[in-house]
Amino acid sequence: MTSYLLETIRSKFPDDILETHAFRGDETVLLKKEALLKAAAFLKDDLGFDFLMDLTAADYLPREPRFELVCHFYSSKHNYRLRLKCPVGADDPKVDSLTPLWAGANWFEREAYDMYGIKFEGHPDLRRILMYDGFEGHPLRKDYPLKQRQPRIPHRG
Amino acid sequence: MGLETIFGHSYLTTRLDAAVNWGRKYSFFQYPFVTACCGMEYMSVFASAYDIARFGAEYPRFSPRQADVLFVVGTVNEKLAPVLKRVYDQMCEPKWVVSFGVCATSGGFYDNYATVQGIDKIIPVDIYIPGCPPRPEAILDALIKLQEKVSKESVLDRKYK
Amino acid sequence: MEKKNAETQKNWNLETLEDGRMVLNMGPSHPAMHGIVRVLLTVRGERVTDADVEIGYLHRGFEKTCENVTYNQCVPYTDRLNYVSPFINNVGFALAVEKLMGIETPARCQYIRVIMSELSRLTDHLTCVGANAMELAAFTVYFYLINAREELYRLTDAVAGGRITPAYTRVGGLTRDLPPDFARMAAEAFKKVRKNLSDADKLLTRNRIFYDRLHNTGHISKEDAISFSFTGPALRSTGVPLDVRKATPYLVYDRFDFDIPVGSNGDNYDRYLVRMEEMKQSMRIVEQALAQLPDGPISHPDFSVTLPPKEEVSCNIEALMAHFKLTIEGVKPPKGEVYQAVEGGNGEVGFYIVSDGTGKPWRLRVRPPCFALTGGLPQMIKGGYIADIISTFGQINMIGGELER
Repeated sequence: MTSYLLETIRSKFPDDILETHAFRGDETVLLKKEALLKAAAFLKDDLGFDFLMDLTAADYLPREPRFELVCHFYSSKHNYRLRLKCPVGADDPKVDSLTPLWAGANWFEREAYDMYGIKFEGHPDLRRILMYDGFEGHPLRKDYPLKQRQPRIPHRG
Repeated sequence: MGLETIFGHSYLTTRLDAAVNWGRKYSFFQYPFVTACCGMEYMSVFASAYDIARFGAEYPRFSPRQADVLFVVGTVNEKLAPVLKRVYDQMCEPKWVVSFGVCATSGGFYDNYATVQGIDKIIPVDIYIPGCPPRPEAILDALIKLQEKVSKESVLDRKYK
Repeated sequence: MEKKNAETQKNWNLETLEDGRMVLNMGPSHPAMHGIVRVLLTVRGERVTDADVEIGYLHRGFEKTCENVTYNQCVPYTDRLNYVSPFINNVGFALAVEKLMGIETPARCQYIRVIMSELSRLTDHLTCVGANAMELAAFTVYFYLINAREELYRLTDAVAGGRITPAYTRVGGLTRDLPPDFARMAAEAFKKVRKNLSDADKLLTRNRIFYDRLHNTGHISKEDAISFSFTGPALRSTGVPLDVRKATPYLVYDRFDFDIPVGSNGDNYDRYLVRMEEMKQSMRIVEQALAQLPDGPISHPDFSVTLPPKEEVSCNIEALMAHFKLTIEGVKPPKGEVYQAVEGGNGEVGFYIVSDGTGKPWRLRVRPPCFALTGGLPQMIKGGYIADIISTFGQINMIGGELER
């Protein structure tokens, strides 16, 4: 049974919703990445989801579309959580930035960019955050070897 | 010490060794390069319950130029490696390095793209302390071992390094 | 591959600055800041006009590493996320995997998890307030609070066999039960903690210097705090009474009577007061939990989740097989994804786990509370004095292991 919340979102964006489910009680909406910004704005303004608790990504190599952007929202008013996911293809990993809506999205998106190479359009300052300048590749991608180091200074013998 | 340049290898130097080393080993000014979890144990050993001051290493100096012993406390990753190297280079001779905890010693169980597999890949190390994090007793033990090491050094040893 | 200079620092070259401003670099290894963080400031005189926080100096690949080990092998890594409150991370991770598997642990296990979580919250706040006081030159308080923490470390040492990194939980249970005289040890430790806390309170709370350093510094409004995804004491100091323990009670938190302290001003002093009060509430919770603590097993009875007891393994072929499979392959949650939030020392610690049905997590993401807080740091220090950065940075309680994982 779909909950009232999922039903509301589904009726608001009938063309953009790819899938909804509630595995173990975590209500999840999978939608097209083009609709991310307007869906997030709808959640924030109309449904009272005032917190962007988390924003991250996952790599589902070899599946296509390869990446998935995962946002967790929380409403302190209704004490409710919602997960929003967008599939992102590997050939053009670009998503709209959520920074106009939440200032906290800034760093979360920088981390997702650093770790997965997903670009956020409209982000004011998209650069690496955990790794350093000159680091090549994105370490959390499944095809980045676990132990491939890129030292900044030469190591002693 | 400017004295060793004046006296050179005379009989006085051996006695000077003893005197200087005695002074050195009981007045370590430490530079705690605290990065990670081990810092909690460093705080414990520094506080009154374990009281590292009893062993003559009372004073942490947060300036490398005033420190004798560099305590590298915690994981060092590739991003931090140049910083550690610079801190080490800024310290004046004589200087010693203590690798505090297993991450600083060998990378510990972090064997991946980000971490340096032991700070001895970056700077020379005198004493390694095992443990994740080491108990305060182990730290005090390491300090005593470092004192023993210092007491056996010659004041001339480090001059031409 | 992107061009490298696209990733370099934004406008931090001196030429572009107008007259009277200068760039100041704080960190990564700065005397007055615990933790390794670099703050690039533009200052006009003593006032901060702009700030850029650079992190990543303790990034040690937690998430990537955990994708390559079994679920129970992740537990020691979670210790080292927020190493000031390790039990909360252990519990959060175990709860997330249990939610993924759809199992619930026995009542005694849940009570013990609550007790250990609250002890961790105590050590976290003691360290935070103590280190903050030390950085503001109240050295005596540091010794008082670290001595109180020492009592709690001895307690956790007796329970879990480790002072700071206990790796106490397993999926579906705990590594071991509480020692027999735990209630007495806890009561003695709390006596000492309460005494040291009240001493610290007398020295700090109405201390003119301490008050002036904290009051109205690092101020953030309620709206900004929500926009920056603040949680924990930093959010509550602005007057939002959000605490995961009350909002969505996990374990048995709904069975205890405790209060959520909130501030009103959103400054460092309020954060300090919130932390001081939370410690008292944590001790209240532990005492109630010890009074209610039921007897019984501490681990889930199913041998496909938790290891069978050693006697069974030695004498029984099924138990031996279960032991072997669990050790080699690990627990195997079904395909799916869950997000489980717990209230950590600094705010909401969330574990987002994606399982592909094998013994290793496909994706393990931690929602670190510090990350959002440190992201809001530039906002909090802008307009203030350089010296205020120390108190603000101390009060957001940045923990490198959790911030950068």
